Amino acid sequence: MDFAEYLKEQRNQEWRKELRSNIKSKDRTAIEKVHMPEENPHVRNTNNIEVNTGLTMEMAMKEAQRCLDCGDPTCISGCPVNINIPKFIKNIEKGDFLAAAASIKETNSFPAVCGRVCPQEIQCEQKCFYTQKLNLPSVAIGYLERFAADFERKSGKISIPEISHHNHIKVAVIGGGPGGLAAAFDLVKFGYDVTVFEALHEIGGVLKYGIPEFRLPNEIVDVEVSTLTKMGVKFVTNFIVGKTATFDDLRVEGFKAFFVASGAGLPNFMNIPGENLINIFSSNEYLTRVNLMNAAKSEFDTPVFSGKNVAVIGGGNTAMDSVRTAKRLGANRAMIIYRRSIEEMPARIEEVKHAQEEGIEFLNLHNPIEYLGDDQRRVKSMKLQKMELGEPDSSGRRRPVPIEGAIEIVETDTVVVAVGVSPNPLIPRSLPNLNMSKWGTIVVNDQMQSSIEDIFAGGDIVRGGATVILAMGDGRRAADGIDQYLKSKF
Amino acid sequence: MANEILEKVNFSENVVKLIIRSPYIAKSRKAGHFVIIRADAAGERIPLTIAGSDPEQGTIMLVVQRVGVSSAKLCDMKVGDTILDIVGPLGEATKVHKVGTILACGGGVGVAPMLPIVEAFKKAGNRVVTILAARNKDLIILEDEMRLHSDELIIMTDDGSYGQKGLVTDGMKAVIQREKIDESIIIGPAIMMKFASLTTKEFNIPTQASLNTIMVDGTGMCGACRVSVGGQTKFVCVDGPEFDAHQVDFDEMIERLGAYKTQEKVAYEAHEHECKRKH
Ligand SMILES: Cc1cc2nc3c(=O)[nH]c(=O)nc-3n(C[C@H](O)[C@H](O)[C@H](O)COP(=O)(O)OP(=O)(O)OC[C@H]3O[C@@H](n4cnc5c(N)ncnc54)[C@H](O)[C@@H]3O)c2cc1C
Ligand code: FES
Repeated sequence: MDFAEYLKEQRNQEWRKELRSNIKSKDRTAIEKVHMPEENPHVRNTNNIEVNTGLTMEMAMKEAQRCLDCGDPTCISGCPVNINIPKFIKNIEKGDFLAAAASIKETNSFPAVCGRVCPQEIQCEQKCFYTQKLNLPSVAIGYLERFAADFERKSGKISIPEISHHNHIKVAVIGGGPGGLAAAFDLVKFGYDVTVFEALHEIGGVLKYGIPEFRLPNEIVDVEVSTLTKMGVKFVTNFIVGKTATFDDLRVEGFKAFFVASGAGLPNFMNIPGENLINIFSSNEYLTRVNLMNAAKSEFDTPVFSGKNVAVIGGGNTAMDSVRTAKRLGANRAMIIYRRSIEEMPARIEEVKHAQEEGIEFLNLHNPIEYLGDDQRRVKSMKLQKMELGEPDSSGRRRPVPIEGAIEIVETDTVVVAVGVSPNPLIPRSLPNLNMSKWGTIVVNDQMQSSIEDIFAGGDIVRGGATVILAMGDGRRAADGIDQYLKSKF
Repeated sequence: MANEILEKVNFSENVVKLIIRSPYIAKSRKAGHFVIIRADAAGERIPLTIAGSDPEQGTIMLVVQRVGVSSAKLCDMKVGDTILDIVGPLGEATKVHKVGTILACGGGVGVAPMLPIVEAFKKAGNRVVTILAARNKDLIILEDEMRLHSDELIIMTDDGSYGQKGLVTDGMKAVIQREKIDESIIIGPAIMMKFASLTTKEFNIPTQASLNTIMVDGTGMCGACRVSVGGQTKFVCVDGPEFDAHQVDFDEMIERLGAYKTQEKVAYEAHEHECKRKH
């Protein structure tokens, strides 16, 4: 059965037909879109609790009624892992939340994570019938996904897929981020003996060291990891493939295939004067100190410097996470410096909104060109070039151009540079024969197979800095590719 | 058990040698590599250069100087204790080749990471002249091991309590004026490396320095370890730790090493106070 037929067959089930006939479409579209309940901005910006508190059951069921269960569910085409969106939403409408979670998990192993961090507004929700045809706010697909996943977790009835048979073929997954975890999930389901090797001392990749607790509590990642452990996945932390052991060493140990999801760990700097002054950090360093090393808590040894006047350079999710962290660490002034306008910031819309509510200042159309230090080489101010928008560039966004002579000096005691990341070079350096792109990413085919036949790759190491869901999608595709490859060999 | 401390030797009140079970690293490490360790769940991730290993026994040797809370925690661990996290080997290995005569200069605990490098250069067929420098006699470490792998060993102490009285640079100049040196390697406190580097620069001797910056992950992910080399920013953990010493901006590095001075001092005093209270 192909995908379209499967969707149709599911849609034609009696319970779905009955739900559709219960409420008229006109009445469904008249329902106002749900609002996500949030912690008070002036309280939450002083602590680390999760900002979005989650929909209540009543809210979720009401929001689920808005979904028209379309004959042609375009929303699915916006989802990188093709979640059967109407099916899970109709299960919520019906009140069968565990079935809703199970429907999502047919194609997405970690809905509690995706429901929180996916940029739904440019994916499923953008393709929703409401957005496309009705010019109304889309169904809150992301909130509903999160609701179903949280319900399942809190119920203590997380479904652990049965593993039908064990084939005892060893597969290594390199990197414990979302790409690696998604691949491990499928590979272990297929019966493989899966070991995840992770360089850091914790599993989760960016989900742990990058994305803060107020957006994605660590506990959620830990629960997903414990599900994998229960399914038989082995985790080895503090192990850098290519350094601690080579691919050849692991081949000798019996590993028959590899999935590399080592991420885009290398932070970019702008290479402007003064960038190595003290108290100028990459966002990775700043967030790692706070999130992975717990630097803000007095019982932990790792220090973090976070001043009263913090400038974060960049307009993506990483920048929003850094600036909101700075506020929480006690900054009086926490500001975003971004060279384009606010509309063009790549961050999720919700993060920008939350940042604004929390008192973050936005210096848009400003670009740092130099940092100035005191006599101890600590940063004390920055020179900003004011910009204006010119002609559209290749990305379709209007190119920011400097306004000649418009230079401003702004005081700052802490700068966090969040201008993107480059692929982590550790693996490529350890494999001189691996085919790489000129951007330092690993080149793969449709099955996510690299130029070395037993090595597959996906996530940020293949795409450059991308998203959690794309990394997960790659992980699943690679699991299929590895399965086919190994079946053809053994 | 992996990460278990099998042997501990107190070189001095503040410097200990640890032999730790770490089979993978023992096998894969080369001269110049380092590890990142975290002593316990509250601990920091700190880099330590591997001073030696025994692949058969599956052990590595680390030499630790008590400077802050994290190193103090390690120094206070006992035989039989396990270190929570050890990851490595990290960094690029030393490029060892036959060049002729090598002048190896180690200051303080920098002598420990120097040991495998000296050993490797000697094995590659070079003549190795080694200078060990410290403030006083008690701080000279690994003298016998170094002597074993060097053609000549010179000891310099600031106070003259052992070997010759004088700074490392005095010893270096004497050697350089006496015989032709083809390459030099310097490892030690940043300030020592700065002046040792200026000395070899004066005589145009190609020089490598092994840098000990602040690190967090050690895998190129954070940039805490960045230094300027020849006007370009480099990450010590993945591009180094060894660089052309004459290109390194030591002044910047010294300032960056002091980034957390105040926090470290407060934390260390609290730690010492806590330890005294317990004992
Ligand atoms: C602060 C921040 C916020 C973000 N917010 C969002 C968001 O809201 N929504 C979204 O969709 N995306 C977001 N992203 C992007 C998203 O996190 C990444 O695209 C995603 O994590 C990539 O997954 P990955 O599995 O490819 O790599 P990673 O998550 O980077 O994981 C790679 C792992 O591999 C390990 N590793 C590397 N080399 C080796 C080796 N040789 N051996 C063993 N282990 C190794 C690393 O230590 C790391 O743990 C954000 C990124 C950051 C930094
Ligand atoms: S220590 Fe983090 S990049 Fe070098």
